[in-house]
Amino acid sequence: MKNFNGKVLFLDRSDINTDEIIPAKYLTEISKEALKPYLLEDIVLQGFNQAKDIKGKSVVVTRDNFGCGSSREHAPWAFEVNGINLVIASGFARIFRQNMFNCGMMAVEIDKALLDRIFNLFADKDTAVETDMDKMTFKFIADDLIEIVPFTISEYDFSLVKAGGWVDYADKNY
Amino acid sequence: MGKTVAEKIFDAHHVDCPSGDIHVISLDAVFCHEITTPIAITDLMERGKDRVFDPSKIKAVIDHVTPAKDSKTAMQGKILRDWAIRHGIKDFFDIGRNGVCHAIFPEKGFVRPGFTIIMGDSHTCTHGAFGAFAAGVGTTDLEVGILKGVCAFKKPESIKVNIFNSANNPPNSGNLPKGVYAKDVILSLIGQIGVNGATNKVVEFCGPVVDKMSMDERMTLCNMAVEAGATSGICAPDMVTVEYLWQFIKDEYTSKEAALQSFSKFRPDNDANYFKIIDMDISSLQPQVTFGYKPDQVKPVSQMEGTRIDQVYIGSCTNGRLEDLEIAASILQGKKIADSVRGIVSPATPDIYSKALDKGIIKIFMDAGFCVTNPTCGACLGMSNGVLADGEVCASTTNRNFNGRMGKGGMVHLMSPATAAASAIKGYIANSDIYLL
Ligand code: SF4
Repeated sequence: MKNFNGKVLFLDRSDINTDEIIPAKYLTEISKEALKPYLLEDIVLQGFNQAKDIKGKSVVVTRDNFGCGSSREHAPWAFEVNGINLVIASGFARIFRQNMFNCGMMAVEIDKALLDRIFNLFADKDTAVETDMDKMTFKFIADDLIEIVPFTISEYDFSLVKAGGWVDYADKNY
Repeated sequence: MGKTVAEKIFDAHHVDCPSGDIHVISLDAVFCHEITTPIAITDLMERGKDRVFDPSKIKAVIDHVTPAKDSKTAMQGKILRDWAIRHGIKDFFDIGRNGVCHAIFPEKGFVRPGFTIIMGDSHTCTHGAFGAFAAGVGTTDLEVGILKGVCAFKKPESIKVNIFNSANNPPNSGNLPKGVYAKDVILSLIGQIGVNGATNKVVEFCGPVVDKMSMDERMTLCNMAVEAGATSGICAPDMVTVEYLWQFIKDEYTSKEAALQSFSKFRPDNDANYFKIIDMDISSLQPQVTFGYKPDQVKPVSQMEGTRIDQVYIGSCTNGRLEDLEIAASILQGKKIADSVRGIVSPATPDIYSKALDKGIIKIFMDAGFCVTNPTCGACLGMSNGVLADGEVCASTTNRNFNGRMGKGGMVHLMSPATAAASAIKGYIANSDIYLL
């Protein structure tokens, strides 16, 4: 299983699309690693600094309909090569969400009210997440502030995370 | 309880139910292009699984950047080309025969009512215009589709959108208001339900207006369903569908009526269960245009009239078909585009290009001052053939106005071919009504 722990990058906007996550002009790259410097290059988000804000982050917490637009799996890959395997949001576009689990990564939906609370408490702090896959909880930590957030993913999504993706699963089963 | 079109298609393609609401379905076609497929091919090779489930069900095209613009795009084309040859994929469309995927595959007769189709491209939903379940997927799903001919989906609920015009005389004869086209209808719907309004859902378009629409118009509708988050757009198959497909299916059926009868099993039941039903009266609908970076930010053209533009782009899988070019040409005929504007038209396939030549449409575009490109996605996704400079504005018949979509720092206003043509003449966003008889 991939690593789902680490520092949080808060992206406080809904409808962030995959063109913003990785612009089309980089889709000519044939290796995932080559996408690394371009993650979130075209994002429209006040105060966001691509050069500084991504470094050292392992988890993204964002709002609604994350990853809408193009089907490009380059979007999850661009996160993956930057060490980000987990995105938490109140909603995802279907293809992006599926692409994440197909790569053994996680796109986890949590309730909007809960998400609001996390943003209120942690968005302006240096925050980390610890993910407990047995108890299905995220532990948000900043200084002495701690918040435990339960989550659910389907058995099927969990099996993709454990198998490391959909290709081996499908080849074995169909 | 009756069933929606999507439910009927899912039931006819059931393979497995690995857990809860996840359904693995068999695929009738896997479409491929050179941007998202090469990584799937390379990964299959690395896994020692360089196989395809059925070469006759895989269709491939080089369309996004063609002719290749640099060494990297040349390599993407080469990987796809070599793979198609290696596996005996006969329906592979290379330069000279290639066009925008969602225009060329229907034109070649590769879509049928009741089909299940995936492609590594979000606008695969276009093919739902034929009563198919057609969904965009990422590279991993594509890879499994190529290898095994299956894909996993949550069984989607459907939203029924009933489109009618209460002002028609005779009532409900399905006519669009003057100057209003399928593009305006879908932009208006997206504006109404939002970019997230149909996420994980299928949008089933129906009603007198849809019944009357041509396949080109239905494809425009279904094409943009994904801009509201939908998995697929769907128009139930009818005689219009049969007429379009007849040249490809005439040996399979004794008559068009027999074909219609057979396809009717993929029409929705009257008592089908919908997640939501939207009644859309288009009697007072005006031409629409987007104003922001999201496709749901739409306004009537009248409220955007006068907005400065630098470029006009007519083309793409949304509006690069023959009817689109005909409409634009009817407005451009005998006129010149404004000196301050660069006009680019990209017929979506060689067949459309060739017919547009025969009909004198290309000449009208050229005389008006348009540059005519070969069939390609090109400028639509800002990769070639008309990329915007920082701060430039494009009036475009494409489907996405995302920040940077047609070039970093550029602004895209989505609109119909008629509005785009009128805007080209004026040099700013303009209503086409003054040019329409
Ligand atoms: S024309 Fe544009 S939207 Fe359509 S397939 Fe090509 S890049 Fe995608």
